[in-house]
Formats: sequence, C-alpha cells, structure tokens
Amino acid sequence: MNILMLGWELPPHNSGGLGVACYHMSKALSIAGASIDFVVPYTASHPNTEFMRVHAATPVKPLQRYGMGAYDSANAEYESLSEADLNDLSNIRGVQKRYVQFVEQHVSSNTPDAIHAHDWLAMEAGMRAKLLTDAPLIVHVHATEFDRSGEKYGNPVVHEIEYQGLMMADRIIAVSNITKNLIVQRYGIPADKVEVVHNAFDVDSFANYEYDSHTYRYLESLKKEGYTVVATVTRFTIQKGLSHFLKAAARASEKYDKLVFLLAGDGEQRDELLSMSANLGIADKVIFTGFVRGKQWRDAYSVADIFVMSSVSEPFGLTALEAAHHDNALIISRQSGVGEVLSSVFRFDFWDSDVLADQIVGIATSEALKKELTENIKHEYAKLSWHDVASKCLQIYHRVRLGTAV
Amino acid sequence: MSKRGITLYLHVHQPWRVRDYSIFDVSSAHDYFDEQIEGTERNNREVFEKVANKSYRPMNALLKKLLDTHQDFKVSLSITGTFLEQCEAWAPDVVKSFKTLVETGRVEIVSETYYHSLAFFYSRTEFERQVEAHKQKIRDLFGVETNVFRNTELAYNNELAKWAEDYGFKGILAEGWDDVLGWRSPNFLYRPAGTERIGLLLKNYRLSDDIAFRFSNKDWSAWPLSAETYNDWASASAADSPLINLFMDYETFGEHQWEDTGIFSFFEHFVGKWLSNADNTFYTASEAVEAHEAVDEVSMPHTVTWADTERDLSAWLGNSMQHEVMRYLYALEHDVMRSDDIELISDWRKLQTSDHAYYMCTKWFRDGDVHAYFSPYESPYDAFLYYMNAIRDMRYRIMAMHHPGAYDG
Repeated sequence: MNILMLGWELPPHNSGGLGVACYHMSKALSIAGASIDFVVPYTASHPNTEFMRVHAATPVKPLQRYGMGAYDSANAEYESLSEADLNDLSNIRGVQKRYVQFVEQHVSSNTPDAIHAHDWLAMEAGMRAKLLTDAPLIVHVHATEFDRSGEKYGNPVVHEIEYQGLMMADRIIAVSNITKNLIVQRYGIPADKVEVVHNAFDVDSFANYEYDSHTYRYLESLKKEGYTVVATVTRFTIQKGLSHFLKAAARASEKYDKLVFLLAGDGEQRDELLSMSANLGIADKVIFTGFVRGKQWRDAYSVADIFVMSSVSEPFGLTALEAAHHDNALIISRQSGVGEVLSSVFRFDFWDSDVLADQIVGIATSEALKKELTENIKHEYAKLSWHDVASKCLQIYHRVRLGTAV
Repeated sequence: MSKRGITLYLHVHQPWRVRDYSIFDVSSAHDYFDEQIEGTERNNREVFEKVANKSYRPMNALLKKLLDTHQDFKVSLSITGTFLEQCEAWAPDVVKSFKTLVETGRVEIVSETYYHSLAFFYSRTEFERQVEAHKQKIRDLFGVETNVFRNTELAYNNELAKWAEDYGFKGILAEGWDDVLGWRSPNFLYRPAGTERIGLLLKNYRLSDDIAFRFSNKDWSAWPLSAETYNDWASASAADSPLINLFMDYETFGEHQWEDTGIFSFFEHFVGKWLSNADNTFYTASEAVEAHEAVDEVSMPHTVTWADTERDLSAWLGNSMQHEVMRYLYALEHDVMRSDDIELISDWRKLQTSDHAYYMCTKWFRDGDVHAYFSPYESPYDAFLYYMNAIRDMRYRIMAMHHPGAYDG
C-alpha cells in the first residue's frame, strides 16, 4: 500500500513530539508492509530513514525554519494560500504554499492509496492531493489550535484551516480522547468520523545511554542532602500551564522545604516565569536551564525524581513517558491525553495548584509511594507499541478505501 | 569671608560583571566574573581597557594639567575597591596616574564601601567591614586617610549621617533634591538632622547634570554648551552663596560623553574661566566642610539617591527579582564569613556590588526611558538568571567546602 505522509518535521530536526511520533509511526507502517513517501517542508538529511522516501518540499534549511516550527501557529497571517507569497520563505504561509505546490507535482506522477496528513500544517496539502487523486484523506490530529493557544482563543486563520481539513477528511485520527472530544465539540465534527489512536513509546531509541551525574552536578549535590527534584521538560508557552506549576511549587515549598524545581526548556514565557518565581519568593528553588538537547535533555529526566505535566491542554504528552522511562514518578494534569493510557500516576486539574502541591509533597516525603509509582508505570508504558499504532492505521486505510464505516 | 568655590567630586567605579553563568556551570566552575568570550559587555577586562583608553587616561592627564596650571584647582575622587582591583590588573599605568594626582595634595580621596554595595541597608557589620577595607586600600595605595563619606549611589538618610558622624567623618555627600530642600539652595553647607558636627554637602544637580547628562544632547536648547555660558550659569547660581557642589561619575568624561563631543576641552576652558575671577576657587570636600558654617538642618528620614527622577532606590530594589537576590545574598553572610575562605568571601562581596541589581531593573519598561540605563545583558531577566546561578554556586561552595550543617536549595 502506497501512503503519502504529509508531515512538518522528522528527527533530528524536530522541535517536539510531532516529529518523533511521525517517525516511529512511519517506521512501524513500513515494517508492516506499507510503502511511504514522507514530505517535509525543509531540506536536510535524516539519518535512519531508509525505510521510506523523504521528500524536501522547499530549499529552506531547518534552522531558518526556527520560529515556524510545528507549534508556532501564531504567525500564520493569510487565510487563503493564494494571498501568500511563494517566494517569501521566511513566512510560514509562503512555505506552506510551496509545500502544496510540491505535493501537487508529486501526485501528478505518483498516485497514493491513502493520504495521511499531520496537523494543520499539512492539511491544505492533504486536501489538494485528495482533490487531484481522489485518494482517501486521513487527517491525524496531534494538536489543535485550541491546545496551542492555552487559555486564549488562538489564531483564526489556523482555526479555519483545521475546520476545513477536518470537514474534508475521510477519516480523522486523534491522539487521545481529549483531542477527539475537542474535535467533536469545538469543530462540530461527527464523533463516528474520529478514531482515537494513542501514541506509543519506543524504548529502543532510549538504549545506549549512560547517565552523567556531572551534567546537573548542583542538583546531584542537593539530592545528597535529601532534596527531591521536581522537573518538567517542555516549551515555555501558555499551553503548558507552567504558571500554575510555579504556584504549586510555592505552596509545596511552604509545607516541605527540601524541594527544588527544574524547568528544562525555553520559550516565550520564560521572562514571565522568572519574575513570577521571584514574586512567589522561590527564585532560588526554581532552576531554568535554557533550551536543552542531547545529554542535557536526557540527564534532566535522570536527575529528576518527580515529573510534572501541567498542560492546560495536551493532546498526548510524550515527555511524560520519557520521564517515566527515566524512573520519574508522574503527576499529570487531567487535561493531558497521555493520562488515558496510564494508571500509576497522580492527576490534577491544571488550575488546581493546591492539589498539585499536595501530590508533590506526598511523593517527596514517601520513599515507598515513589517506588510504587515508578515501578508500576514501567509495565504500563512498555505495553504501548508503535506496531499497534501502525496496524490501527492500516485498518483505517483499508476501511476507508472500502468505504465502510468503523 | 571665604571665596566662593566649586566642590568637584568624581566617582570612579567598575563592577565585576557576572558572565553568562548557566546551571551547568554551577558547582563545576566558580569563575562568575571571568568571561572569556571576547566582544561581550560582560568581559570585564575588555570593558576596562576600553574605558581606560576613552576616559581614565585622557581625563587623568587633563586633571594633572589643570592642577599644574591652576594653583586653586582641586578635585575629590571616590574610587571603589572593585575598580582598583581591575585597574591594578589591567592598567597599572592608570593607578600610577591617580597616585600622581593625589601626590599634588589637592586631590582628596572620598570614603565609601570597597565593593560599591548597598550593605548599609542589609548588614551594618558587613557595611563597616567594607568601609574599613576601602580605607585600608586607599592607605596602602595612596598613603592618605579619608575624612568625608559617600554611600553607594549617594544613597543617604538621617541614619547614615548619624553613623558617619559617630564613625568619625567630618563630612558626607548627598543629593540636593528639591523635595527635601524646598526653597533652600544646595549651595550651602548643611547639618544633617540628629547630628552635631558633621557637614552635609548637597549636589547641585542642575549644574552637575548639565555636564553629566545633557552636555551632548542635541535636542537640548543650550546645545552646544560653551565654557562661557556654563561659567555664567555657575556664577549666577553662586551669586549669593558660597558653594557649588558638582558631583558626577568620573566616566562622564570620555565614556558617557565621548571625546568628540568636546567634553574635555569644554571642561578645561571652564576651569580656566571660573578661576579667572579672583573671587572664585575650588574646594576639596574636606575643605568645603571646614571653610563653612552650616546654615540649617536638613532631614532625610527616607533614603534619597542621585538616580532617576524618583531619586530613590527603585532602580536597584524596585522589583521582586532584585529583592529576592539581595535576600539570598545577605542570608549567606554568616556562613561566608566564618568559612575564612578568602576567595569565597571576595566573590560574595563582588556579588554585593549594586550594579548587579541595577541590571535587573525593569522599571524603564514603564518609563520608556531606556537611554538612562546601561546594562551588559540582553535583558534584566538574563541578568537575574546568571546571578541566581552564581548564588546557587556560592551555596554549593559553602556546603561542599565548609560543611555548615544545612543546605539551602
């Protein structure tokens, strides 16, 4: 079966979980026998992708794409692509226009059996390809504009693209029930058109790793003194609910002072969070790393004891599984999809800082509780397999081609 | 009756700026002040060498020339310990030129905290240790005693004046701020409220700021300012009063106002003009206090500084980030001091320099008054981040090397 995969990023040029999910999903599909053409909007080499054909839709380099990553929807200006300047590749709409052109050309000589488009970034190209080839369009929703904008409304241009893409799709895959509900309730899409396929976790890609205790030597020294490291690894955007996390950090520190908070990452909210930590009187307990990659990124998980996902709206939340794999106890907001596939976690509503504070102190002060959580969760995420994701996708491709309902 | 005179007081200072010190450096590298990357404003050596060429060398040469030419020319300098350390390391010829000035006997060194700190407001014992350290440094280097005190940023209140009197100073400097003086002129000697002997010299901020801030401003109605005009203003200001206290940063000459603005020749000509009138003279700060009787008592219960239109400490202690770092910093005092670790103590004190807190100031976001602020950092948040990491490393060093018992996260 020939699949035209329309994506926006692949490792190592990804700015987050979207690229990781696309990579593993494609790999598992190809093992299951699918032939995949994967289109990305930039030019770069992608090691370990020999199982599929990766196509570059524009000459833009991945670094130039910085600022128009998979998550930066706020800058999309023109509603119609016809208004966008084809030659302005510093503008996300210009890049998308080129991307659509590339896909048009590609399908003129290669007719796919199914088109699999990921998120709003590739939806227009997906719709165009469907129109030209009559192949079924599957829209895969990793995040909506409602998620990205947190407690605000978001970019109306992007909302419109998402609405059209969801309407035009033959089938929709949502990464969690949270996302499915959002698609049904906010976009008015019939529930039976949307299928939930949770993301998985590839344990193998975390092999060959040795923790370097020197990376976060200061935190290690605190741990020796009995401190508990409470971490999150994320982009500092409103979607991630970090201001609620900081409030909880202050509350928790009032009750139990051997806590230190590691905020690994960077983003537009950093300055706000810095001054907020000072306002709350806990600036010395909150550590900001800046953007982390490679060793600093993985060692952040390893040095942590408790991982908090405080997202206001998180379709899935791969980082929680990565943290669990590095022996973290998890506290996850009820608004995060990853919680649907996990049992051995604490849950809280993202706004409820008091509950989060309680849970942090609870785990920090009970070695037994922490041990139970970290050991039990290993059995839960180990069951999540990309092969299951691939076979669900293949079933969806088949059914939609046959024109049958679920 | 004594002549009417100008008390020219110049403040010489450079801080030890903190480099881009990240959490990954904490507990591994303790070199907070040692930026190796060239071309950043945090590279203390580069900054020092630049300012030495633009300001310290030409201005000291000019001051020497004026002292040689005019027997009545005098100047008072406060030179911070952090400046002297950098100067000894990177520009020993500049140290020598300051010595030459002092040796004329007409250049007075004014006392202050060695580290240009706000310690008076946080720890009286640490404050006094820094005043002593500064006195000792001045003795060692210049062989002179200090008799007049100025606090960092001219931060002054009645309590400070009382302290200075009890400590043995005969004079103290402060801002001549209208809100305090009312109808009174800064051009007289005053007595601080609650004291008996000490003299209070108040900055004539209008005439001082004409040089320090407005001199090169082309939008200013008086631009370009000539020595003649300025001399007329000064003469008019002192028509019925004995003193004009011109207080400003030394770096006004050559750094804040570049050479091509004409600042050096302006100043040289003004001194000549002023002294061409036989009724005029210059005073050192000590002479100004000794030559005059206090005409009235001045009370400043709240702290007044020489900064901004507010004349308060809000540029240093105006937001929660600034309050937080000060709280953490001074909480270390006991453990740092009892460690007997000379490097640790020195680093702790370098972190007390008020410039660090100033770099975290966010109030200009409201004022839109960016030009009044100088910072080597991209944003006040960056300044805060690197400084907090340095505080963490201080805690780590205390814990790892001195085992005080408890470890603050």
